[in-house]
Amino acid sequence: MSKDQINQGRIEDRKSEAEVGEGKSEAEVREGLSRRGALECMVWAGTGVLWTMAGGVPASRLIGSAQAAPETGFSFVQISDSHIGFSKPANPDALGTLQESVAKIAVMPQKPSFLIHTGDITHLSKPKEFDDAAQVIGSLKIDGHYVPGEHDYIDDGRGKAYLERYGKDTQGAGWYSFDQAGVHFIGLVNVVDLKAGGLGNLGAEQLAWLEADLKSKPASQPIVVFSHIPLWIVYQEWGWGTEDGAQALSFLKRFGSVTVLNGHIHQLMQKVEGNVTFHTALSTAFPQPAPGSAPSPGPKLVPPGELRSVLGVSDVVFHQGTEKLAITDHTLAEAQR
Amino acid sequence: MNASLKTALMAGILALADIHACAAAATAEVHIDNFAFTPATLSIKAGTEVTFINRDDIPHTVVSTEGQFRSQALDTDDKFTFTFATPGEFGYFCSLHPHMTAKIVVEP
Repeated sequence: MSKDQINQGRIEDRKSEAEVGEGKSEAEVREGLSRRGALECMVWAGTGVLWTMAGGVPASRLIGSAQAAPETGFSFVQISDSHIGFSKPANPDALGTLQESVAKIAVMPQKPSFLIHTGDITHLSKPKEFDDAAQVIGSLKIDGHYVPGEHDYIDDGRGKAYLERYGKDTQGAGWYSFDQAGVHFIGLVNVVDLKAGGLGNLGAEQLAWLEADLKSKPASQPIVVFSHIPLWIVYQEWGWGTEDGAQALSFLKRFGSVTVLNGHIHQLMQKVEGNVTFHTALSTAFPQPAPGSAPSPGPKLVPPGELRSVLGVSDVVFHQGTEKLAITDHTLAEAQR
Repeated sequence: MNASLKTALMAGILALADIHACAAAATAEVHIDNFAFTPATLSIKAGTEVTFINRDDIPHTVVSTEGQFRSQALDTDDKFTFTFATPGEFGYFCSLHPHMTAKIVVEP
């Protein structure tokens, strides 16, 4: 067992002891733990945790370094916030850590069917940044599905550079859907035309498209929605949420299995509401502070030896027939254990 | 045109030029630190040139709420300058991080 796993175990034990101390029975504590786990489960960076979706309720277990390849189903990977072009002290070599992330994907026991990038591919939307990212990610030779982050929309053409590369077969600012092995995937854009004082924004046109897109889908079909900024309100004070995200989620209520994958906040966070599992990915470039734990959401400086334990990728395995989606987060440091 | 009128006109033109020179000389700065514009409210005289400087290591923009001005993305230490010629209240925000809002109050 790795050091991180032992640490994680200790944290859980401590929670249990504290609650037993409050006069609750062990059963009540266990029930409370799982409910809390489901409602506000936040997994902070530094460990790999396997999430299994079953009937809308996830269960988590720590993963070992050796992983068996799943027997059936398919998998895909999520990478996020590669910020190519970023070179500040929080990570002077964002291209290097993207390369490490890609190397990690290349040796996964089950070759992912495709890759999802949840935005902030680049730091400043410069052509060379897009080129570098495309070259590194392209070396995987698997399909890529992208949504833009706000950093991918700051060229003078306000999104022209992004759409030229990734806008083919998309609507509006770059939203689209596709099907793979019975799962319906929807890429949404919530970083464009943001309003003063507001949060991420989908806008009326995209919401109308989403409603129409979902109309013909049976409630039994698993849905994966991905966008850059979290669709739910993570932390309003830092703008970590989507203004009209609740409206989008209302269209998804009738579905039995919905997984929402986001980036933007450069840290792992997970929560479940009804049949919807929300997951935010690590960045491949630099970490950001936990909500409210710093004066601003700017890049978090960690000692150089610890950087790779707070960067990483997620892979998502779909178990055919069971409608289960299991999300596993891998930090770049894992391989060094 | 007689000489005295000519002189008077010249004086007038010079005076106008002077006022203009004075106004152009008035400057002020707004800093962006920790995802916030400082000061959040800046009061200036009409004609003041305001320079916005991004001191974060994340890019920001300076965008008028009413569409009167809009900077490009400002990387670390990049600047954007705008001259506020007319009195009024000018709200603005960062279009990348729209929770960042502030205003310029321009007095006559």
